[in-house]
Amino acid sequence: MARYQRWLQAGVFYLLVALSGSLLPGTYYVTLLNLIGLHIIIVLGLNLLMGYAGQISLGHAAFFGLGAYTSGILTATYKVDPLLALLAGLLLSTLVAVIVGIPALKLKGYYLAMATLGFGIIVAIAFQQMDWLTGGPSGFMGIPPFRFLGWRFQTPAAKFFLVWALVGLILFLSLNIVDSRIGRALRAIHDSETAALAMGVDAQRLKLLIFVVSALYASLAGSLLAHTVNFIAPSSFGFMFSIKLVTMVVVGGMASIWGSLLGAAVLTVLPELLAVFHDLEVVIFGLILMVVMIFLPRGLVRGLLDLWELRRRKKQGR
Amino acid sequence: MEKLAELLQYIFSGLTNGAIYALIGLGFSIIFNATAIINFAQGEFVMLGALVVIAFSALGLSLPLALVLAVAAVTVMGLAFERLAIRPARDATAISLIIITVGGGVLIKGLAMLLWGKDAYTLPPFSGQEPLTLAGATILPQSLWIMALTLLLVVGLEAFLHFTILGKAMRAASYNPVAARLVGIRVSQMVQFSFGLSAALGAAAGVLIAPITMGVYDMGTMLGLKGFCAAVIGGLGSIFGVVLGGLLLGVAEALASGLVSSGYRDAVAFLILLLVLFFRPQGLIGRRPLRSS
Repeated sequence: MARYQRWLQAGVFYLLVALSGSLLPGTYYVTLLNLIGLHIIIVLGLNLLMGYAGQISLGHAAFFGLGAYTSGILTATYKVDPLLALLAGLLLSTLVAVIVGIPALKLKGYYLAMATLGFGIIVAIAFQQMDWLTGGPSGFMGIPPFRFLGWRFQTPAAKFFLVWALVGLILFLSLNIVDSRIGRALRAIHDSETAALAMGVDAQRLKLLIFVVSALYASLAGSLLAHTVNFIAPSSFGFMFSIKLVTMVVVGGMASIWGSLLGAAVLTVLPELLAVFHDLEVVIFGLILMVVMIFLPRGLVRGLLDLWELRRRKKQGR
Repeated sequence: MEKLAELLQYIFSGLTNGAIYALIGLGFSIIFNATAIINFAQGEFVMLGALVVIAFSALGLSLPLALVLAVAAVTVMGLAFERLAIRPARDATAISLIIITVGGGVLIKGLAMLLWGKDAYTLPPFSGQEPLTLAGATILPQSLWIMALTLLLVVGLEAFLHFTILGKAMRAASYNPVAARLVGIRVSQMVQFSFGLSAALGAAAGVLIAPITMGVYDMGTMLGLKGFCAAVIGGLGSIFGVVLGGLLLGVAEALASGLVSSGYRDAVAFLILLLVLFFRPQGLIGRRPLRSS
């Protein structure tokens, strides 16, 4: 039954993608939708880490950047095949995630947040300073479009299908992970690490596994970014973006796979909408972050449901 | 001999920055001990301190008066920040609180940009531009002011926390809020004071550094993160530890940028942060591992 349902969901998802792909209203919206798709991929991974494994990361922009720069540099400077470059990015991210994850995941709560924050900033500084390789603060240009089995994903529409096909893949992979033995073990760790350990769950290994999975998602999104916008700059992979990613997870709802779609979409579109305010843009963005977190700390969907429930109960109470 | 003078030069400039990091770090530590919150808006209070003192002195106020008024003004903003952003979110999770303080920082920085624009403003040094020579190395009078006033502030803070009723109440509220409430201490007020106190320390750092680095709307973010590193490196629970962490960090940065490469200057702080977290998470001085919230 559950399996049947999953296929149905996948069918509807891809039908929607195909429909919106063929009814695209213009390049601006396609680019925005692509960006939303990339953010969804990262947020799905980060939500597995934060919502299910209960571990904070304030440095995930670093893996996004590692993927983007590996793909960009290998394909533009060294003319490597984009698919191989993407795989190289995944390999590098795995390596970095293991090296950082083993000591960092022994830390808890705020200390883990601090360690991942430090890691993220170091990587962002490296992107800026290794200008012989990355082009430095002014960015890295001339990244060719993605190629796969003779197809070139050059037009906005082609990029759209590439990105969203992978969004679907990652989405259903994540839903399956959550429903699997690993997912149940993760939730056990989240509720009580001690109890999970007593039941024979290897918490340390699982946390590392999910950390690596989330790093891989981010790296994949980074590689796709490099091939869809063809230009990358270190400012996209800094501390603020890591915070934005965490905010997407929280706004969408922790431990909610479908909520991740919403969180990523809302926080990607919001700055675009706010752009009309020019200099006021950041002020309003900061204000919205604070207000949403203060009044809807459990995310948009659950927060609004909670408020509705509260009102209904008040009415009945009268 | 010349090499030695060069080394001394790095150490002087490192200690100057280190004192600033220490002041900012103390702000982190005070709030963390009172509330287990890491206040990522802390750096913005440093920026406010610098820009407000510059504004006051441009109005024609004498420097000492401008300094005091600037720190007082920013303290009020710190109190307001707690009241408007932190208290309404009392039950929020650690992650939500991180986002709230980052959002607050973004908001303050944005408002500063609206008010002051993107220009950098100067403040004349407290006394004289002429560098003093010491064992072949030079040192700005402003650096001496920074070190002396930081020392004074740290001693003052120690005295305040240990010898005044208010300071003792703040410590009690941070050690054990329930017990503090039982003996009649208003814990929520103590939490608000802790935000005011750390805004004051941040502002003090800002007014001290303004004559050296100039004041600009986006100066606070990196300074704040460095101060945060200083606090964690030294140990969030100990004033002496935070000061030591700040000075160590400043000197390490100055040596690394002088002897190795100046491009990676900012990375040094975070590298040391990672090493300390991995090998001694309670900080260099911290005795007990702090609560892991």
